[in-house]
Amino acid sequence: MLKRLRPLFPYLTRYKKRYVVGLAALVITQLVGVTIPLIVKDAIDILSENGTRERLLFYAGLLLAVALTKGIFQYAMRWILIGISRDVEYDLRNDLVRHLMRLEPRYYTENRTGDLMSKMTNDLSAVRNMVGPGIMYSANTLVMGVATVALMVHIDPRLTLLCLLPLPIASLAVKFFGQKIHAQFEKVQALHSELVERARESLAGVRVVRAFCQEDAEIASFDRMNQSYVDSNRQLIWIQSFLWPALALLFAISFLLIMVAGGRDVLRGEISVGSFTAFNIYLMYLIWPIIALGWVTNIVQRGLASLGRLWTIFRAEPQIDDHAARPEILPTLRGEIEFRHLNFSYNGKLILKDINLHIPAGRTVAIVGATGSGKSTFVSLIPRLYDAPPGAILIDGVSIRQIPLATLRRHIGFVSQEPFLFSETVKNNIRFGAPEAGEAEVVRAAEISNIVAEIQSFPKGFDTMVGERGLTLSGGQKQRVTISRAVLRDPRILILDDALSSVDTDTEERILNQLTGILAGRTAILISHRISTIRNADEIVVLDQGTIVEQGSHEELLALGGYYAELYNKQLIEEALEKEA
Amino acid sequence: MPDGFHEEEVLGKAYDGRLMRRLLSYLRPYRRTVFFALIAIFFYGILQAVPPYLLKIEVDRYLDPTHRSPIPHFLGRLLSPKPAVGIAELAFGFFLPTVLLTFILQFAQTLAMQMVGQRVMYDLRKQIFSHLQRLEMSYFDRNPVGRMVTRVTADVDVLNDLFASGVVAIFGDFFTLLSILAVMLSLSWKLALLTFTVLPLIALVTGAFRKAVRESYRRIRIAIARINAYLQEHITGMSVVQLFNHEEKSFEEFERINRSHMEAFKDSIMAYGLFYPAVEFLGVLAIAIIIYYGGGMAMLGTLTVGTAIAFIQYSQRFFRPIQDLSDKYNILQSAMASSERIFKLLDTPTGIHDPVQPRPLASPQGRVEFRQVSFAYRDPHRVIENVSFTIEPGETVAVVGHTGAGKTTLTSLLLRFYDIQEGRILFDGEDISQLRLRDLRRNFAVVLQDPFLFSGTIASNIRLGTETITDAQVGEAARRVNLLDFIESLPEGFEERVRERGATLSVGQKQLIAFARALAHDPRVLILDEATSSVDSETESQIREGLRGLLENRTALIIAHRLSTIQSASKIIVMHKGHLREMGTHQELLARRGIYYKLYQLQYKDQERASVSVVAPALQADPEPQSASS
Repeated sequence: MLKRLRPLFPYLTRYKKRYVVGLAALVITQLVGVTIPLIVKDAIDILSENGTRERLLFYAGLLLAVALTKGIFQYAMRWILIGISRDVEYDLRNDLVRHLMRLEPRYYTENRTGDLMSKMTNDLSAVRNMVGPGIMYSANTLVMGVATVALMVHIDPRLTLLCLLPLPIASLAVKFFGQKIHAQFEKVQALHSELVERARESLAGVRVVRAFCQEDAEIASFDRMNQSYVDSNRQLIWIQSFLWPALALLFAISFLLIMVAGGRDVLRGEISVGSFTAFNIYLMYLIWPIIALGWVTNIVQRGLASLGRLWTIFRAEPQIDDHAARPEILPTLRGEIEFRHLNFSYNGKLILKDINLHIPAGRTVAIVGATGSGKSTFVSLIPRLYDAPPGAILIDGVSIRQIPLATLRRHIGFVSQEPFLFSETVKNNIRFGAPEAGEAEVVRAAEISNIVAEIQSFPKGFDTMVGERGLTLSGGQKQRVTISRAVLRDPRILILDDALSSVDTDTEERILNQLTGILAGRTAILISHRISTIRNADEIVVLDQGTIVEQGSHEELLALGGYYAELYNKQLIEEALEKEA
Repeated sequence: MPDGFHEEEVLGKAYDGRLMRRLLSYLRPYRRTVFFALIAIFFYGILQAVPPYLLKIEVDRYLDPTHRSPIPHFLGRLLSPKPAVGIAELAFGFFLPTVLLTFILQFAQTLAMQMVGQRVMYDLRKQIFSHLQRLEMSYFDRNPVGRMVTRVTADVDVLNDLFASGVVAIFGDFFTLLSILAVMLSLSWKLALLTFTVLPLIALVTGAFRKAVRESYRRIRIAIARINAYLQEHITGMSVVQLFNHEEKSFEEFERINRSHMEAFKDSIMAYGLFYPAVEFLGVLAIAIIIYYGGGMAMLGTLTVGTAIAFIQYSQRFFRPIQDLSDKYNILQSAMASSERIFKLLDTPTGIHDPVQPRPLASPQGRVEFRQVSFAYRDPHRVIENVSFTIEPGETVAVVGHTGAGKTTLTSLLLRFYDIQEGRILFDGEDISQLRLRDLRRNFAVVLQDPFLFSGTIASNIRLGTETITDAQVGEAARRVNLLDFIESLPEGFEERVRERGATLSVGQKQLIAFARALAHDPRVLILDEATSSVDSETESQIREGLRGLLENRTALIIAHRLSTIQSASKIIVMHKGHLREMGTHQELLARRGIYYKLYQLQYKDQERASVSVVAPALQADPEPQSASS
C-alpha cells in the first residue's frame, strides 16, 4: 500500500509540520476527552457516599473545563488535518492543470474530455478523502480506542470484554455493506447515466421519432429504463435502510450487556454505580470510532484506486517541447518559411507528401484544395501543434524545433477553422495573446476585422461576456473576433485557416482590404475556398491528397485550367445565383 | 464573475403552498404506505425515550445502595424484587423488545418511504418524458436538449430527498423530541426545565452553523461549477491557449478559481471545526447541569440517582433531531426550485395535436398537394412563400435549391411538425390538419440528411419501436438497400450493437441503415433528405446502390443532392429563397437556363465525372444512370 501511495509523498511531506501538530492535537483531544466519563463516575459515586454540594460544583466545573480544553484541541485537530487535505487537493489540481497545459493537441484527441474531467474531479476528491478524513479518522479511532478501552479495562476487564464483543461486527458490517453500497451505487449511477443518455437521445432524435410515429415506443423504452433504474435503486435502498438501524441494534445489544453484566457487577460490589454509568458513556463514545473503522478502510481503498487513475495524467509526457531548442540562434523572427521534403503522417496515414515550398518573408501565400486535402494539417505544423519531422520546416533558415516554442508561437497569429472563444469579455478574448494591449489597440484590432460596430452595439460593448455565460455570437462574429485576436499580437506570420467562411462576401471584402494594410511586410498564409480571398495573394498553392498539384499566381492558374480555374468559375455562378431575387 | 453562475443555482423560498400541494398530490397513490410510515415513525419516536427510562429503573430499584426507591407504577408490580432476576427481566423483557421494535420500525419506515420516493420519481420522470414526446417541434427549437434532459433527470432527483427523507422524517424528529421532553418533564419537571436551558443554545449553534455552512457550500458549488467550466473550456481550447502563449495567464486564472474553491472549503472546515466541539460542549454542559442540580436534588432526596443517570442519557439525545430538523430547510428549498421548473414544463401546452373530429383515411393513395402555402418559423420572416405543387402517387419529385432555400422546411410542413400560416396542405385530398397525426405520419418514412441512429442493435435501428415489423421484413429491407452483406459480415449480424449514434459505423453504412429503416416501415410516401457532405467514392457507390433499392416503385419527395436522383425524378421543384421558382424535368429546366441551370453547374455537374469514374465497373452491369444522363 505504501508503494501505491508513493506518488503522493512529495505532496504530503510538504505539510509534515502541520501533520505533526494536527496529530498532537488529536492525541490531546482524545486523552482529555476520555476523562469525562471518569468525572461523571466520581460525581455519581459521591451521591451514594454523602458528598457535598461543593464537591458537585467542583465536578461540574471540572467537566466544563475538560470539555472546553477538549473542544479547543478538537477544533485545532480538524482545522489542521482536514485543512491539509484541501491544500493537497489544491496543489494537486494546480499541478495537473499545469501539466495539461504542456500536453499537445494529440493528447486531447486521444483522451476524451469527459474522462479527463472525471479524473480531475471525482478521482481527485477520492484521493483527498484518503489524505484528510482517512488519516484523521484512522488516527482518531486508534488513539481513542486504545485510551477508552484501557480505562474500561481498568474499571472492569470482564465487563469490557463482554460489552465490546458485538462491536467488531459493527466495523465489519460497515466495511462489508460500505463496499456493497459503493458497488451498487456505481451500478445505480451507471443506470442513471444510461437513463440520461436515453432521454437525451430520444429528445435529440425527435424528428425521427415523430416522423416514424415512435412516440409511444419511445415512452415505453424510456419506461423500461426508468423501471430498471428504480429496481437498481431499490437494492441500494434495502441495504441502506437496513444498515443504520442494524448498527443501532448492535450497539443497543452492547448496552444491554452492560445493563445485565454491569448490573450484576454492581450488585456484587465489584464496581460502583458511577462506574456503571461511566461504562454506558464510554460505549456511547465508541460508537463513531467503531463505525469510522469500517468506513476508513473503504475510503483508503477507493483513494488508492483513484490515485492510480489520476497519475495516468502525470505519466503522459509532452511530446512537443523545447528539448532541441537553441534560443541563442534566433532571438526574433522575420518570417521566412521553408518546407523541405515535408512528409507527415498521422495515425499511420500519410497526410502530406513531399511538400516543398519557400515563402519569403513578407509574402502572402494562399492555399486551396478540397476537404481532406491536408490544408489544415499543413498550416498546423508551423506553430508546432503537431510535429513535422526534424528539419522539414525552417523559419528564417532555422529548423523550427530549434526555436523555443514560446518564441515561435509569439510570432505567429493563428486563426483556426473552428473559431474558439473563451467565456470571457470580448475585450479579453481579443487581447488573449497580447494581455498588455491597451483599449485603443483592442479597438483597432476589432476595426481590422470589421466588427467594432457590432461589438459596440452589444449591451456592454467590449466588456460584454461571450460564450456559455454571456452573449452567443454568430459564426461570422466569432470568426472576426478570432481574427482580431490574432492581429493584435502583431505577428510576423499570420495564418488564416478558412477564417472567413461564415462571413458574407461584402464584409470579407472589407476585412481583406484592411488586412492588406496590416500584412505589408508580414508573411501570411491564407486557406480559403473563396476566390476573392485568394486572388490577390503573391502565390497560390493547390493541394490535392497531400501534395501540391498547382502553384502560381491567379492569372497563371486560371490559364492552367485546372482545379483553381474551376473553383473560379463556380464562384462566378454562385454570385449570379445570389443575385437572383 | 457573476453570482448567478448557473440557472439552476438560484434558490428561492423554502415553502410555497401551491407547489407543495401539487407535489404532495404525487403521494396520493401511495397514501397507504405513507400512512403506515407515519404510524411507524410515531412509535419509533416514542420508543426513543424508553431505554434511558429502563436504565433509571434498574439503578433505582436494584443498583443504588442508598435509596432503593420503590417503583410507583405497574413496572413495580411486574418486576421481580430479586435484583438478579429483576435486572434480567428488565433487560430481556423490556429493553430487548424495545430495541428490536425500534430496529424494525426504523427499518420499515426508511424502507417504505425510500420506496415511495422511488415510485414518485418514476411517475414524475414518466410524466415529464411523455409530455416532452407530445410537445410540438417548435418547443424543441427553442429549448436546448440538455435543459429538457435536466428536467427529466436532475430536477426529479432533487425531489427524491423531499419524498424519501423529508416529508415523513420531519415528523419522526418531532415525535422523538417531543417524547423525550415529555418523559423528562414527568420524571422531574424542575430538573427538566433546567436541562432544557441548553435547547435554545443547541438551536442557536445549529442555526448559525447551518447558515455558515450553507453559505460556504454555495460558494463551493459555484467554485466547482467554475472549475468544471474552466476545465471543459480549456481542454477543448487547449491549442488556442498554447498558440497564444497563454499558458501562464490561463494557469493564473485557474489558480484563482482553485484557490476560491479551497478557501470556501476551508470556511466549511472552520464551521465544522467549531460546530462539533460546540455541540459536544453543550452536551457536557447539560451533564454538568444535571450533576450539579440533579446531584443536589439527589442529596436532598428529591431525585433518585437513576433519574439523574437517565437525564444524562436523555440530554445526549436532543442533538440529532434538532440538527435533522434544520437540515430539512435545505431539502425544502431545493425541492421548491426544482418542482417549479418541472411544473412549468408540464404546464406547457402541447401545441400541435390531433383535431377534435379527425377525418378518416380509408385506403391512402399517397397524393400530396401544397396549395399556396406560406410559413414562417417566427413571424414575420417567411421561409416559405406561396408554394404550390402536387405529387401524384408513384411519382418521384426532387426538390433542389441553394442552401437556405427552404427545402427541408417543406418536408417538415408535410409531416405537420409545424402548422402553416397560409394556404393548405392536402394528403389524398384531405387537409392534413384534419387528420390524426398518427394517421398522417404513418404514411411517410423519412430519411434525414444526417442519419440519426439510436443506441441499440442494427435490427432495432431498422425496426425502431414498430413491433409489427418481422425479422424477415427487417432482413428484406436490408437486402433491398444492399446492406445485407455488410450486416452478415458482422460477428453478431443484425444483433450487432450500435453505440453512441453509430460511432463505429461509416457514414455510408449509417445512411444505408436509415434507408432500410424507411423501407421496413413500407410507407406510401418516402421523404428523403440526401446527405450533402462529401463522402468518399466507396461510400458514394454504396449509397447509390442503396438508393436504387429504396426508390423502386414508390412515391417519393427527395431533397436531392445527387445527380442520379434528380435525373430519374419525374419532376424537379426548384426552390429559391422560399419561393418555388421553377418546376419541370431535368432536360426542360436545363433548357430554361435559369436557376436550375446555375445550380446544375455549381453542384451537380461534377458528379457526372465522378460517377463515371467511381461506378465505372458497376455501370457495365447496370446501364441505367448512364442512359439517364445527358
